[in-house]
Amino acid sequence: MARSLKKGPYIAFKLQKKIDALTDSGKKKVIKTWSRSSMITPEFVGQTIAVHNGNKFIPVYVTENMVGHKLGEFSPTRNFKGHSSKK
Amino acid sequence: MARISGVDLPKYKRGAIALTYIYGIGRTRALELLERSGIDPNKKVKDYSDDEIVAIRTAISDGERKVEGELKAETQTNIKRLMDIGCYRGIRHRKGLPLRGQRTKTNARNRKGKRKTVAGKKKVTK
Repeated sequence: MARSLKKGPYIAFKLQKKIDALTDSGKKKVIKTWSRSSMITPEFVGQTIAVHNGNKFIPVYVTENMVGHKLGEFSPTRNFKGHSSKK
Repeated sequence: MARISGVDLPKYKRGAIALTYIYGIGRTRALELLERSGIDPNKKVKDYSDDEIVAIRTAISDGERKVEGELKAETQTNIKRLMDIGCYRGIRHRKGLPLRGQRTKTNARNRKGKRKTVAGKKKVTK
């Protein structure tokens, strides 16, 4: 189900603060975050965010097309390498 | 011969059904279009006059929704966008697996296509 419009998009408070600080200073720095459920807003564009996948941080360079998606969508939690071949 | 947006309509069907042969038009939209062009939905396609066919054509092009090639192209660009940004749904599209969290241990045959038998997999013996 879609989130209520009244509430606006969800962004973890701490992440939002860090993004705001970065856009104010105009610098680009990799931000580490565990908040996979945060929505990508237009302020994120051009930043690189390291999103945790439960094991390590996957760097995600945010482009314009990604706005409206969640951070977790870009950091896969399962990595299927194929079935083992029989000896 | 009634040819609308590149599709031949079946002659012996009612207009309301025949229009659904066009990609992007279902039962609801077919009725809506016929109402807008002032044609009885029960009238068969073979009885259509040229004027009526033109009226349906303009009703389709006036409508704000896309049909046929244009609609298919839009869907493709949407899928391509998902694949380009490398999000979860895009990856699933690339691998030809279901996108919405369905199980893939069994089923999912529509996405995965026909069964490919893996050689060397042992049968369960009782």
